[in-house]
Amino acid sequence: MVHLKINNIPVEVKEGSTILEAAKVAGINIPTLCYLKEINEIGACRVCVCEVKGARSLVAACVYPVNEGMEVFTNTEKVRKSRKTTLELLLSDHKKECLSCVRSTNCELQKLSNEYGCDENRFKGARTECEQDTSTSYLVRDNEKCILCRRCVAVCKHVQDVAVIAPARRGFNTHIACAFESDLADAPCVACGQCVAVCPTGALHEREEIDNVRDAINNPEKVVIVAAAPAVRAAIGEEFGYPIGTNTEGKMFTAMRMLGFDKVFDVNFGADLTILEEANELLDRVSNKGVLPMFTSCSPGWIRYVEYYYPELIPNLSSCKSPMQMCGAAIKTYWAQKEGIDPKNIYFVGIMPCTAKKFEKTRQNEAASGYPDVDAVLTTRELAKMIKTSGIIYNELPDGTFDNPLGEFTGAGVIFGATGGVMEAALRTAAEKITGKPLDNIDFKAVRGIKGIKEAEYDLNGTKVKVAVASGLTNAKKLCEKIKKGECDYTFVEVMCCPGGCVNGGGQPIQSAYVRRNTDLRSKRAKALYDEDKKSAIRKSHENEAVLKLYEEFFGAPGSHKAHEILHTSYVDRKKK
Amino acid sequence: MFRSHILVCGGTGCTSGNSMKIYDALVDRIQKEGLEKEVHVTKTGCFGLCAYGPIMIVYPEGAFYSQVKVEDVDEIVNEHIIKGRIVTRLLYKETVGEDGTIKALNDTNFYKKQHRVALRNCGVINPEKIEEYIAYDGYEALGKVLTEMTPQDVIDVISKSGLRGRGGAGFPTGRKWQFAKNSVGDKKYVCCNADEGDPGAFMDRSILEGDPHAVIEAMAIAAYAIGSDQGYIYVRAEYPIAVQRLTIAIKQAREYGLLGKNIFGTKFCFDLDIRLGAGAFVCGEETALMTSIEGHRGEPRPRPPFPAVKGLFGKPTILNNVETYANIPQIILKGADWFASMGTEKSRGTKVFALGGKIHNTGLVEIPMGTTMREIIYDIGGGCPNGKKFKAAQTGGPSGGCIPAHLIDTPIDYDNLIAIGSMMGSGGLIVMDEDNCMVDIAKFFLEFTVDESCGKCTACRIGTKRLYEMLCKVTDGTATMEDLDKMEELCYYIKENSLCGLGQTAPNPVLSTLHYFRDEYEAHVRDKRCPAGVCKKLLRYQIVADKCKGCTLCARNCPVGAITGTVKEPHVIDPNKCIKCGVCMEKCRFGAIIKA
Repeated sequence: MVHLKINNIPVEVKEGSTILEAAKVAGINIPTLCYLKEINEIGACRVCVCEVKGARSLVAACVYPVNEGMEVFTNTEKVRKSRKTTLELLLSDHKKECLSCVRSTNCELQKLSNEYGCDENRFKGARTECEQDTSTSYLVRDNEKCILCRRCVAVCKHVQDVAVIAPARRGFNTHIACAFESDLADAPCVACGQCVAVCPTGALHEREEIDNVRDAINNPEKVVIVAAAPAVRAAIGEEFGYPIGTNTEGKMFTAMRMLGFDKVFDVNFGADLTILEEANELLDRVSNKGVLPMFTSCSPGWIRYVEYYYPELIPNLSSCKSPMQMCGAAIKTYWAQKEGIDPKNIYFVGIMPCTAKKFEKTRQNEAASGYPDVDAVLTTRELAKMIKTSGIIYNELPDGTFDNPLGEFTGAGVIFGATGGVMEAALRTAAEKITGKPLDNIDFKAVRGIKGIKEAEYDLNGTKVKVAVASGLTNAKKLCEKIKKGECDYTFVEVMCCPGGCVNGGGQPIQSAYVRRNTDLRSKRAKALYDEDKKSAIRKSHENEAVLKLYEEFFGAPGSHKAHEILHTSYVDRKKK
Repeated sequence: MFRSHILVCGGTGCTSGNSMKIYDALVDRIQKEGLEKEVHVTKTGCFGLCAYGPIMIVYPEGAFYSQVKVEDVDEIVNEHIIKGRIVTRLLYKETVGEDGTIKALNDTNFYKKQHRVALRNCGVINPEKIEEYIAYDGYEALGKVLTEMTPQDVIDVISKSGLRGRGGAGFPTGRKWQFAKNSVGDKKYVCCNADEGDPGAFMDRSILEGDPHAVIEAMAIAAYAIGSDQGYIYVRAEYPIAVQRLTIAIKQAREYGLLGKNIFGTKFCFDLDIRLGAGAFVCGEETALMTSIEGHRGEPRPRPPFPAVKGLFGKPTILNNVETYANIPQIILKGADWFASMGTEKSRGTKVFALGGKIHNTGLVEIPMGTTMREIIYDIGGGCPNGKKFKAAQTGGPSGGCIPAHLIDTPIDYDNLIAIGSMMGSGGLIVMDEDNCMVDIAKFFLEFTVDESCGKCTACRIGTKRLYEMLCKVTDGTATMEDLDKMEELCYYIKENSLCGLGQTAPNPVLSTLHYFRDEYEAHVRDKRCPAGVCKKLLRYQIVADKCKGCTLCARNCPVGAITGTVKEPHVIDPNKCIKCGVCMEKCRFGAIIKA
């Protein structure tokens, strides 16, 4: 242990701790902008500077290691003035659209500038001039709001192993760009949006589709249907001041109806449907010596990763569409037929914790009815924004519920939103299919939790099933390499692009770096889903009455010819040759 | 045995003055005359007196020919080589005594006060021949170290010598090595910083061009001392001759078994490779340099951890500058006391300076620490040309400061320079005379830093840019007195808050000129006047009516038609049209046009 004094308060911390960590122990907060624990520890923004007795200049608390007998001062006149000047310099090269900015009131630069009483006009001079990158269907980069903290760069490289962005040029002309300043659309970006999730300002945000959705709602010819992904309900409350990990599903349903959607279905239903198709595909691959291990295909960022970086593993990907796409496909075929509505007049909106879904809806082979399965994708944040701009007092809403028939879901569908959830849901179904007996214990705890890679082995009536679960592409890469080298014999592998799964997706409410390092965001949100699963009367996808009815009335059986045509898709080798 | 040796300077300065063509022509003529067994022509590194290049020296007479042209080769061969008559008109004039006798080069003002340790072989040996280096005691120090000394002995000698880093900060070399030796690691690295980037500094380049083996030998000694087996020399790609000679030297050292496995038959193994830098100034900063070697964007990283603990590829590493290394073999051979006998108490040994700017003898000089600025500028450098008055000297390049004329008797060492607001830096010394505007000088250096900032930390990326913009306001005449205070405050902020040495020292040129030449700043701000007549926006060209004869020459030459008047009557300049090009002043035969 190391003993030091911070603002004359004696502190004892572990060796190797930083001043920032030690200060927290002493009950002192030091502001940060560029620091992301274990991801971006570069000491670049200089907002966390402190005085250390004997040091030549101020030091960056986020990276400066403590040592025995050290005396640190975090709140001197010099420190406060320095931090203020740093913020004012950042503001002098910032597009100050704060009143209307998408991140207003949730911007780390704005918050600190306010706390330090900055004069935004103290420094005047040349400003960075960059065109916005709007080349993709899912993301917008506005470098004129970028403060070059490089959190996006670090998360892209160290967490997602993709590294499509990096600093370009130098000095005052430095800006974040793709290689050779190409458009993001021309870079092998997986669209995960983790960069957005860690951006402290409004320099990165999703490509908004709210206006398109409102146009559809206002169009009397359109039947506008909405359905939210499992993880959305575990996080949307954060946008309205609920503690992290509060499930506000009931209020969400009510708000959706108030927004004018004609039907409120649920992607959890699509998740249950996915399990039936996917479990069937897995059993088929096992019994007919198909390509193994089979990979899950729910996460569009993961799909893009395989397509760009491991195209040789495309045969391992399940051909099942994602739950969102399955929902859309079922709505525009089965439900349209049942209700006698021309699918051309159906407008389906997916509410997603994800930015990659905005890309997924544009993929080929995702239009079972002849019209796109999904018409618009809003992130959790966009839905919250729509609710706010519609004057809905979310916190005071009564709980509502989904519409039938494509709203009903089981606990298995709910846990899709957390890493390991798809695996557990699939195991519940596959185990009963193989053994023909109901499970004694349906909790597959080995695949739960936020660990990057989880492995488990199950004996299902003599059939050994070895599974692996990964989240975050750095972890996925490790599995892909092992599989390529034939160093493992998994049967089934679940991969979620974002670390922790969809609860931590790029479309979820944005939490500051401070909250991220002091709260286990992923576990808290995941717990909301596991709690709902636990409470559910039905917890196995193959017992979802609505799904069973769908097969009975329309598809016949999982894996039928019709199911294949409507619920399955294909992939593209995108690797640059 | 040759009866005559002709040494042609192959340094960058003389090479750009066509010295290699002179060399080729000489070789050609000597062959034609059938003298190749009698006369040996060789190319060497830099002699230092770059202002008088291309340079050659002919032994045994020691005739020092300066500003030689290819056309002079025939005369030199015909007269000097064949007939034994020295070509007096080509001799460096300082080597010719009043009575016509030839003085030894070391008796000339330029060389008299110099003491060459790091540069000892430059201009003496052929850098492309390892045999010549060995003939001058080369690799003897390495042999001594490997066969007679323990690694700790080596570090003790270096520590005792008092050698401090010649790259700028002056960290004690022995202590640095000791840290790296004490660090535990399965692999350690020895790196050489040859990313010399200060405008006007070229001592490292000259050493690499003139004596590359000295650096290789020193790196091997350092590797032995800290327990490393791999070295890297990080050198700018803009130094093609240095890179070429280093490449040759490394190849030769390998062939001689002086690099590679079991050197001198001992268990010690060491090899080294060259890494080319793309010319970013910031890559001279140690952590940025290592980041660049690792294949990443050259940017500094926070310290601690220091390189001696966690450096290149995360392993204990030492990084020294070229000139620091060039001193090492000598210290080993001649002893710590010999080295410590030169210089001042806290700055031992010698230092190489690159003289540039408004000085007669531009070039490279090596002087014992403690020599005064006056001795360097006047005795060695020959003072300012055209009888102009010396105003200030900038040491340490863009990280250093301006030393005003009244401090010219300061003995130069690390601590004295810091005390007067400058720093040693790598040894660039730029002289300014009365025609230089000090605000403009500060702006020049700051513009360089703004351009070379890596852009990683806020203080340097935006801070230096804003500071530069404030300086522009001063030179444009739009600044206020409050702006000067704001500027000073911003300078201290940048120094305190920047991530690396580049930003931490970037404001020095501004701070030192603000300190010593505040009156000039105030003249710009208050009187909207540039006392040196440099800042264009503040200039007014005027015609003195009494002196103007009405010859119309100025009006006819003005490119924008700003001058009007009738013949034989005084003319007038329209300030609104004038673009301040100065052509009128140049053309006027009566001195009637003045800058105000």
